[in-house]
Amino acid sequence: MNIVVLVKQVPDTAAERTLSGADHTLDREDADLVLDEINERAAEEALTLKETMGAEVTVVSMGPESAREAIRKVLAMGADRGIHICDDRLHGADVVTTARVLAAAVRTVRDVDLVLAGNATTDGQSSAVPAVVADLLGLPPLTHARELTVDAGRVRAERETEDGEVTLDAPLPALVSVTEKINEPRYPSFKGIMAAKKKPVETVDLDDLFPDADDTGFRVTGTRVVEAVPRPARVAGTRITDDGSAGRRLVEFLIAQKLV
Amino acid sequence: MPDVLVLVDHDEERVLKSTYELLAAARRLGDPAAVVAGTPGTAARVKESLARHGAMSVYAAESTEAGDFLGTSSVDALELAVRQVSPAAVLVSATTDGKEVAGRLAARLDAGVLIDAVDLDPSGAVTQIVFGGSCTVHARVTHGIPVIAVRLGSFEPEEHPVEATQHTLVLPPIDPSASARVVARRAALAGDRPALTEAAVVVSGGRGVGGADGFKVVEELADALGGAVGASRAAVDAGYYPHQYQVGQTGKSVSPQLYVALGISGAIQHLAGMQTSKTIVAVNKDPEAPVFGLADYGVVGDLFAVAPQLTREVTARRTER
Repeated sequence: MNIVVLVKQVPDTAAERTLSGADHTLDREDADLVLDEINERAAEEALTLKETMGAEVTVVSMGPESAREAIRKVLAMGADRGIHICDDRLHGADVVTTARVLAAAVRTVRDVDLVLAGNATTDGQSSAVPAVVADLLGLPPLTHARELTVDAGRVRAERETEDGEVTLDAPLPALVSVTEKINEPRYPSFKGIMAAKKKPVETVDLDDLFPDADDTGFRVTGTRVVEAVPRPARVAGTRITDDGSAGRRLVEFLIAQKLV
Repeated sequence: MPDVLVLVDHDEERVLKSTYELLAAARRLGDPAAVVAGTPGTAARVKESLARHGAMSVYAAESTEAGDFLGTSSVDALELAVRQVSPAAVLVSATTDGKEVAGRLAARLDAGVLIDAVDLDPSGAVTQIVFGGSCTVHARVTHGIPVIAVRLGSFEPEEHPVEATQHTLVLPPIDPSASARVVARRAALAGDRPALTEAAVVVSGGRGVGGADGFKVVEELADALGGAVGASRAAVDAGYYPHQYQVGQTGKSVSPQLYVALGISGAIQHLAGMQTSKTIVAVNKDPEAPVFGLADYGVVGDLFAVAPQLTREVTARRTER
């Protein structure tokens, strides 16, 4: 089986994130960059399938030079090879372009049975990219899976969203995006980290992925941020220590605010 | 006026409130035109309520298999409608399903997509709130027909009765090798409480609640206030409450009139999911809890003493009236 895992390097959510002044894109220079935690679970799911069914796992990431670190981490967890899409022209890519580029990279892998991704990344939060990649590749999208079974050429997923739960079923090849509930990702072992250094990582750019594109230029985004304004930070209001009357005092506050 | 396409959220019988919000938003940009993807007969059942909220046209994209495959019928229906009417914009609800439909449609149309709009002006510029409420962004689509996913609760439904004309769109057959089939459905466990992302009041519990049983205190306060129940990641990870109620960076973002945090210390990921709430109340034993840094009203104390007292007081005030 051939599995492709899509991963993204993102600013650590435990740190502050800002937009750069120049073009309102995410400021990555000052950010603490990590492998996105939900993507890490997609990688874990791929490696579990590799152990139970046998598979070659290719990890794909689009991003600047630093994104190679995210690929190395998944290789250290046990993936076999990596594809790093690195091209300055992709700075500020939107949902559609990101999906188009990822889909083109998946197409370079032969006989793909399963594409795995996280259901959302913690920086963009649009949670639309996996479904768009599937649409572009003509694959069934089994998105927001908290449980996944691959058997006899079919894939089944338990999908959990605000509208409730559904069971999805599709033939392979397919695309599955997983939620953070799917598993607990493993830590790379020392042996894994050493082995990862010898695993192949291919670097590709837009010219490699779209050799037939005309030279009118590559449209990176169909949207533009006109203005970005930091919202004022919240400040602490009243604080009391409960002396047995806090519930009553709270209700007075809520009434004064017209909330009760 | 140009047409503005609105994807109708429905349960086969009734239109959901989110659609009325979209119709109100659409009227800022042009004449709302509703697209109903569903099983045969759905459009006829919902047409009148759509017209009452300003839908000048109702496009019926009906097929017996419309509900069998995740998202595909909605994307196909919108694509057909766009090619027919060349609208000024396409609006969908920014639910999990809606965001995926918006993205897939934009890719097919080679158009720009803006997700999670909270406001929209007549020029088509949208407002988004990013990074868990720390930044407001104004953005516009610069290529193709704007596809916009609007956050639930951002617009007030408006009655605006018009005569709606019904049109038919013929959905193409679905390729089962390129779509995910829905083989079983289980309804959300929401019960009688409002949905977390739509509720005006959210009462959330954290690790301080101490266990699944302790969440009764959270639920009782939520019910007294007519609100939804939420949970912090720590509480969800500890198995106190189901994952679908998680508020925060990797859970749901909520923006209610009142957010009550019980036994939640306030990890940055949780604060990211709730700090756009209008008023924040926190109860925590630990006076150092970060949540106090942004609470409008903070109580240092035992939630099992404070919350039930608050519940009784709220209930008493309600019955007095």
